[in-house]
Amino acid sequence: MALLEIRHLHVGVEDREVLRGLDLNVNAGEVHAIMGPNGSGKSTLSHVIAGKPGYEITRGQILFRGENLLRMEPNERAAKGVFLAFQYPVEIPGVTTMNFLRAALNAQRKARGQQEFSTPEFLKRVRQVAGSLNIPQDMLKRGVNVGFSGGEKKRNEILQMALVEPSLCILDEIDSGLDIDALRIVASGINALRAPERAMIIITHYRRLLDHIVPDVVHVMSKGRIMKSGGKELALELEASGYAQFEHAA
Amino acid sequence: MVAVQETVERVKRIDVDQYRYGFETLIDSEKAPKGLSEEIVKFISQKKNEPAWMLQWRLEAYRRWLTMTEPTWARVDYPKIDFQDLYYYAAPKPKKTVTSLDEINPEILKTYEKLGIPLREVAMLEGVEPKPGEEDPARRKIAVDAVFDSVSVATTFKAELKKAGVIFMPISEAIREHPELVQKYLGSVVPTSDNFYATLNSAVFSDGSFVYVPPGVRCPMELSTYFRINERNTGQFERTLIIADKGSYVSYLEGCTAPQRDENQLHAAVVELVAHDDAEIKYSTVQNWYPGNSEGKGGIYNFVTKRGDCRGNRSKISWTQVETGSAITWKYPSCILRGDNSSGEFYSIAISNGFQQVDSGTKMIHLGKNTSSRIISKGIAAGKSQNTYRGLVTAHRKATGARNFTACDSLLIGDKCGAHTVPYIEAKNSSATFEHEATTSKISEDVLFYCIQRGLSQEEAVGLVVNGFVKQVLQKLPMEFAVEAQKLISISLDGSVG
Ligand SMILES: Nc1ncnc2c1ncn2[C@@H]1O[C@H](COP(=O)(O)OP(=O)(O)OP(=O)(O)O)[C@@H](O)[C@H]1O
Ligand SMILES: [Mg+2]
Repeated sequence: MALLEIRHLHVGVEDREVLRGLDLNVNAGEVHAIMGPNGSGKSTLSHVIAGKPGYEITRGQILFRGENLLRMEPNERAAKGVFLAFQYPVEIPGVTTMNFLRAALNAQRKARGQQEFSTPEFLKRVRQVAGSLNIPQDMLKRGVNVGFSGGEKKRNEILQMALVEPSLCILDEIDSGLDIDALRIVASGINALRAPERAMIIITHYRRLLDHIVPDVVHVMSKGRIMKSGGKELALELEASGYAQFEHAA
Repeated sequence: MVAVQETVERVKRIDVDQYRYGFETLIDSEKAPKGLSEEIVKFISQKKNEPAWMLQWRLEAYRRWLTMTEPTWARVDYPKIDFQDLYYYAAPKPKKTVTSLDEINPEILKTYEKLGIPLREVAMLEGVEPKPGEEDPARRKIAVDAVFDSVSVATTFKAELKKAGVIFMPISEAIREHPELVQKYLGSVVPTSDNFYATLNSAVFSDGSFVYVPPGVRCPMELSTYFRINERNTGQFERTLIIADKGSYVSYLEGCTAPQRDENQLHAAVVELVAHDDAEIKYSTVQNWYPGNSEGKGGIYNFVTKRGDCRGNRSKISWTQVETGSAITWKYPSCILRGDNSSGEFYSIAISNGFQQVDSGTKMIHLGKNTSSRIISKGIAAGKSQNTYRGLVTAHRKATGARNFTACDSLLIGDKCGAHTVPYIEAKNSSATFEHEATTSKISEDVLFYCIQRGLSQEEAVGLVVNGFVKQVLQKLPMEFAVEAQKLISISLDGSVG
């Protein structure tokens, strides 16, 4: 059984069909890359998997470990192991990153019937992961993403991901706005989380990220559908010839 | 944040209307007949064994009140009050004593629990008294490190205050024991003729607190816990008078996070503060009166006049309030900055949900030279509620160098509520610098989804975001109260989305 199984998914936003019969299977342990032109529906797909309100699912289904994901509340999905690193992480003034991390982590642990972390345990874990991502301690004391640079916001997403240890990581343009060093740090943070029981969907426009995080499968998405799937060499092909050739396929 | 989570957890275990089991009064009251007349005013004064001057004062207020009409300028809407259909006197009798926490409705205990009020304190609040020869009933239920008994605590407090020379007692007692102080200060900040509700209060006030801090004394404790345990039955027309003499300091805490019910729908309190040279008064309130049911029926009408007089040079008065209850709130804690270099502060969190109507704010009246004031107001409107900030900042002709900073932020939850900001600014001299900032925002769907994607429930997410929004004000509350208030905020907004 695939970890994530999407069948014939049709999704509308504001009376417009954005996903149009999308199929995707992701097995545990695999890393999938999704590439595709602006507006092809990549972020929409990630939102629908995570359960963001405002999308109308008109047809199709999403199974997560064989369970109907679309019936679950977004926080239930999170507790089941679905994590989305947002393309545009929001700011939450007055709530320190540390408090937010703790709230999120404990909410998920509780939902899974696990014990909450003790304060020292929690702090130790945060320090350790933050250190490996080059996130300074004082950033953790600031409001969530408030005044963070683009790169800092992205690192903060990875920090959260590493702490909650999800089984499906969806990373929406995690490489946008990162300088070369930050890209390397973020990529190694992601690679450290690769595990046989964990799958990843990496949405990106650039092959460069995929040099650092080598995917098992690359998908080309266009107009709300997966047009072509292949190995990592597909990313190279795309870089050479662009998306035009896939626009009218299938 | 940890607190918020705990709260939400606790709230989840309680699916009943959190107010259904609030403080249903156990007071077996000795009431005066309905209606208001000179006879009733005399009756009240007599019941309280008041001296003649006090009765005279009340009667003057009453006669004045007869000539006044209810104010209508506030953005609140309620059926006309028939003032002859109300009771104006009910003798506070000791509550029926129960001998064990077991006898208290478990739902009430849950409400306390969700507010995080220690059971030993619940025992006090609910009037649990140990049977003779038995140990403290609270201790039977929970392991408490410290042996706690109300009498000894109250005695300790009293002894400590006495040592410092601080007078702290019910105002009814102060009228008899310290008439010179009461006569000198009562009505000196809020005159009997001030406004309809304050005048009514002056005629019929029930009880309240009196505090006098002598020169140079720093009051050795927050006047809080003691207050919460001992001063509950102050009635619907509460009257408080606090005087900080030269160079003294006092922090006073009013109210309670526990839900409070009252059979009297109309509440009209008056609070007067006087700060002499170099004195400082910090007054914090948490108001959680019954807000009415889910259809908007019932609920307390809360018409309050609170005013502080920075009478001395370099004096300072700071109001901090967390308003979550009442069907109608009409309340403008103000500062008269009379002394040179005096300063006033107003920090407010006003939350409205359901059908609540809040019209609250402050007045900063700059009279002395180089006076400064600061206003931070956070209004949160949810449900079908209306939340208005109404503020006045004025500088008198002689108030050179007056400074004010005002920031009013409103947060809307849902689209059936309203937030309004009504600032009046008046500078009669050119050296005044007044800054005003105002924002209104909606709680963002994207922010909520971000939190929920990370595993928080809808309620937890709202609680988190709102507590972030009000943090700046929460930090102004005394520590223990801030923790409770934070929980209360989450509870007040429970069910406001979705
Ligand atoms: N809330 C919305 N209202 C209207 N249209 C929307 C909404 N959300 C998405 N769309 C439309 O759906 C299409 C797909 O958007 P989506 O954000 O999924 O694209 P994307 O592949 O992630 O693009 P990019 O590479 O630029 O991030 C776009 O045409 C977008 O305008
Ligand atoms: Mg996108």
